[in-house]
Amino acid sequence: MLFSTTHPTPTPMHIPDGFLSLAVALVGWVVAAVGVGLALWRSREALGERQVPLMGVLAAFIFAAQMLNFTVAGGTSGHLLGGALAAILLGPWAGILTMTTVVAVQALLFQDGGLLVMGANITNMAVIACLVGYGVYRGVRLLVGERRWSLLAGGFAAAWASVVAAAAACAIELGFSGTSPIGVALPAMAGIHALIGIGEGLITVGALALVSRARPDLVEMGRAGSVGGFRWALTGLAVALALTLLSPLASPHPDGLERVAEDLGFIEAAQEAPFEVIPDYVFPGLSNEALATIVAGVVGTIIVFGIAVGVAALYRRRVAVEA
Amino acid sequence: MHIHALDTYCPGTSPIHRLDPRVKLVLTGLFILTAALVPDREWGAFGALEALVLLTILLSSVGLVRVQRRSAVAMPFVLAALTVAFSTPGRVLWRLPLPGIPLTVTDAGLLRFLSIAARSYLSVQAAILLAATTPFPDLLWGMRALRIPRTLVAITGFLYRYLFVLADEARRMLQAREARSGAPDGRGGGSVAWRAQVTGSMAGTLFLRSYERSERIYMAMLARGYDGTVRTLSPPSLRLVDWIVGLLVGMLLAALLLLTFDA
Amino acid sequence: MELCVDVRNLWFTYPDGREALRGINLSVSPGEKVALVGPNGAGKSTLLLILAGLLRGQGTVRLFGEPLNDGNLKRMRSRIGLVFQDPDDQLFSPTVFDDVAYGPLYAGLPEEEVKRRVSWALAQMGLEGFAERLSHHLSVGEKKRVAVATVLSMQPEILLLDEPTSGLDPRARRRLIGLLAELRQTMLVATHDMRLVAELLPRTVILDGGRVVADGPTEEILADDVLLENHGLERP
Ligand SMILES: Nc1ncnc2c1ncn2[C@@H]1O[C@H](COP(=O)(O)OP(=O)(O)OP(=O)(O)O)[C@@H](O)[C@H]1O
Ligand SMILES: [Mg+2]
Repeated sequence: MLFSTTHPTPTPMHIPDGFLSLAVALVGWVVAAVGVGLALWRSREALGERQVPLMGVLAAFIFAAQMLNFTVAGGTSGHLLGGALAAILLGPWAGILTMTTVVAVQALLFQDGGLLVMGANITNMAVIACLVGYGVYRGVRLLVGERRWSLLAGGFAAAWASVVAAAAACAIELGFSGTSPIGVALPAMAGIHALIGIGEGLITVGALALVSRARPDLVEMGRAGSVGGFRWALTGLAVALALTLLSPLASPHPDGLERVAEDLGFIEAAQEAPFEVIPDYVFPGLSNEALATIVAGVVGTIIVFGIAVGVAALYRRRVAVEA
Repeated sequence: MHIHALDTYCPGTSPIHRLDPRVKLVLTGLFILTAALVPDREWGAFGALEALVLLTILLSSVGLVRVQRRSAVAMPFVLAALTVAFSTPGRVLWRLPLPGIPLTVTDAGLLRFLSIAARSYLSVQAAILLAATTPFPDLLWGMRALRIPRTLVAITGFLYRYLFVLADEARRMLQAREARSGAPDGRGGGSVAWRAQVTGSMAGTLFLRSYERSERIYMAMLARGYDGTVRTLSPPSLRLVDWIVGLLVGMLLAALLLLTFDA
Repeated sequence: MELCVDVRNLWFTYPDGREALRGINLSVSPGEKVALVGPNGAGKSTLLLILAGLLRGQGTVRLFGEPLNDGNLKRMRSRIGLVFQDPDDQLFSPTVFDDVAYGPLYAGLPEEEVKRRVSWALAQMGLEGFAERLSHHLSVGEKKRVAVATVLSMQPEILLLDEPTSGLDPRARRRLIGLLAELRQTMLVATHDMRLVAELLPRTVILDGGRVVADGPTEEILADDVLLENHGLERP
C-alpha cells in the first residue's frame, strides 16, 4: 500500500519540552556537551578530512533507516533507532556524532523531541545508547571470540541493551524532574523497550549480516581508532552501572522507592482495601512497600504499553489515510 | 519523486519569515526557557505565553490549524505523564473503579499534570513555528553564528541534504518489497522475527549505498578544493528591526517571569 | 603550445582487484573538445577521476606540461573542473548558492568575488534566480545545470563532464548542449549520447575494456559502422 510513515511512529523516547525540570535539562546539556566534544575530537583523529562527508551521509542513513518498518501485530510496526548499529559500524565516537545530529534534526525539523531538553535526548539516544551498545558488543566479542556468529550475537545484545539503557535513562530523568514517579516510569519504560529492543536487535543483526557478507572490511572499520575491546566493555558496563545507581535516587523525595510506594497511595490503600490482592504470606519476606512498587511497575507498564499501541495504531491509520 | 512531507518549512514572506534566523532561534529558546521557569499552576503566565504564540502564528500566516495539528507529536508523552496525577499526595478526587488496584487521582496531582501539559504544549507550538517559518539552511547558519561547533553544523548540513536522497531510496526499497511480498497490506509472510531481519537487510543495503555515496561526495568535495576545514561566507549583520524585535520580546518574557515570581 | 592533458601508459586497478584501465594513451591540446565513448564499464568515469587528481594509477599523467604529483595536486585540481555522473554526488550543499560558491570559497577568493562568481556561473547556465533554491527540490535537468555551474564558478581551464545529458528531456538536453557549445574551455565529455557527440565534439576517443581502441575526428569514427558495432555503439 503505502510508505506507511513519513517519519517513524513515535516511540516514547524523544522527550518533548516541558517534561524535564530545568536542572535535569541542564545536566543533560552538560553530559551531551562532554560526550559530543570528545566524539568530535576522537572521530576527527580517526577519520581526518573524511569526517564531515562520511558522518553527514551516514547520519542521513540512520535517519532514512528509521523509516524502514515492519509489521509487528495489531497495526503496530517496529523500526530501527540505530544507536548500536551506528556504534558498531562506525565506532563509538562517530556513532555518537551521527546520532547527535539525527536527534538534533528530528527536534528542529519535526519537533520530535524538545529543544531545551535536547541535551537530555542527546545524552540518552546518542551518548548512552552508543556507549552501552558498543560496550556490550565488544564485551560479547571478547567473551566468545571473533567468529561470525559472535558478530551477530554481539550485535543483537548491543542493540537490545542500547535501547533499554536509553529508555532507563529517560525514565530516570523523568523521575528526577518529578514528572513521573520512578517506581512507575522505570519499569514501564524499561518494560516496553525490552520488547522494542528485540525488534531493534533483529534489524541490527539483519543489517550486520548483510554488511559483513558484502564488505567485511567495513564491519571492522568501527574498530579502527578505538582503544582495546576490554576498555570499551568496561565503559559500557560503567554507564549501565551508573544508571542503576542513579535510579533509586531519582525520586524527588529523599527515601527512594519506599516513599514512592507511599506516594502512590498503595500502602494506605492496601490497608483499607476490602480484600488483599496479593496477601503477604504468598511471598514471605517481601514487604508491602516492595510489593506495591512492583505492582505499580507492572500496572504502569501495561498502561503505557497500551497507550503506545493505541497511539501507534491511530497514528498509522491517520498517515495511511493521508498517503 | 521527493518526500515533501519531510519538509516542514512553509514558504512565505510574513514579518516572522523575514526575521533574522539567529533572532528566531534565540527567541524560541528563551520562550521555551520561560515556559520551563513558570511555576506550576501559574495559569495567568501560561495564558500570556499562549497569547504570545497565537499572535506570532497569526502574524506568520502559517495557519493556526496546521500548527495545532502538528503539535499532536507530543501526545504520547503527555499521556505518559498522566502517572503524576495518580502519584502526588493530595485530596482524592477520583478512584480507579477497579477492585484491588488502589489508584487515586488527587487534586495536587491533576494540577501538576496540567502544568506539565501546558508547558509542553506551549513549547511545541514555538518549535513548530520556528521550523515552519525558517528554511533549514538558514537555521544552519544561525546555529553557526551562535557558536555551535562548525564541524557539527557541517555534518548536520549533509544530513539535511542527503536525508531526502536516502529517504527516497528507502521508500523505493519498501515499495519493491511490497511489490514482491504480494500481500497488499505490506504484512508479507513469515514470522515477525523474519520480517525484522528482512528489514535489517534493507538497512544493510542502504548502509552500503550510503557509504559508497559518501566516498563519491568526498571526491566531489576534493575536486573543488576541500581541505578538511569548514568555510562559509560571513553571515549578514543584524538589521535594526531584528535587534528591536529581539530585545522587545526578550524583555517581555523577562517581565512576565518577574511578575509571576513577584505574585 | 603545450598539451593540456598528456597520459602515457596509464593503468588503474580498484582495491577489489578490478582492472579498470589497462594502458591508456591520450593527449589533448588546449581548446579541444573531445568525446569519450564506449560501453558500460569501459573505464570512462575512472579515467576522468584520475585526470581530476582524485584517483591515482600507474603510468604518467601530465597536466599543463607538469607531471601530476602530491606537490601540485591541489593547484591542479583548481584548474580542472569535474562534473560527476550523479548530480546528487556533485551537489552536496543544502542550497544552490552554497554549492556554486563552494569552489571559489575554498580557492580562497574574497567574499565579494565569490558572490560575483556565483551569479556569473548561474547566469551562464541560465539559472538566474536559483541561488536560494534547495538542491533536493530541483528537477534532474536543473540539477545537471547547477552541477555544471558549480565547476564553472571555479573558472577551470579544463572541463571534465561525465554523462551531462543522461536523464534529461529533449528540451533540457538541447539547452544544455547549446550552453556547452558556448563555453571556450578544453572539454572531455564521457557520454552515451551520440547526437551530443556529433553536434558538440569534433574529436572522439573510444574506450573499451580499459583501452583506447580508436581516436580520431568524430565524423570519421561515426562513419565506421563496423568499429561502432564492435564496441557496442551506434550512429546518432
Ligand atoms: N569503486 C569501484 N570499486 C570497484 N570497481 C569499480 C569501482 N568503480 C568502478 N568499478 C569498475 O571499474 C570498471 C570501469 O568503471 P567506470 O565507472 O569507469 O566505467 P564507465 O565507462 O564510466 O561505465 P558507464 O558507462 O556505465 O558509466 C567497471 O568494470 C566497474 O565495475
Ligand atoms: Mg561512468
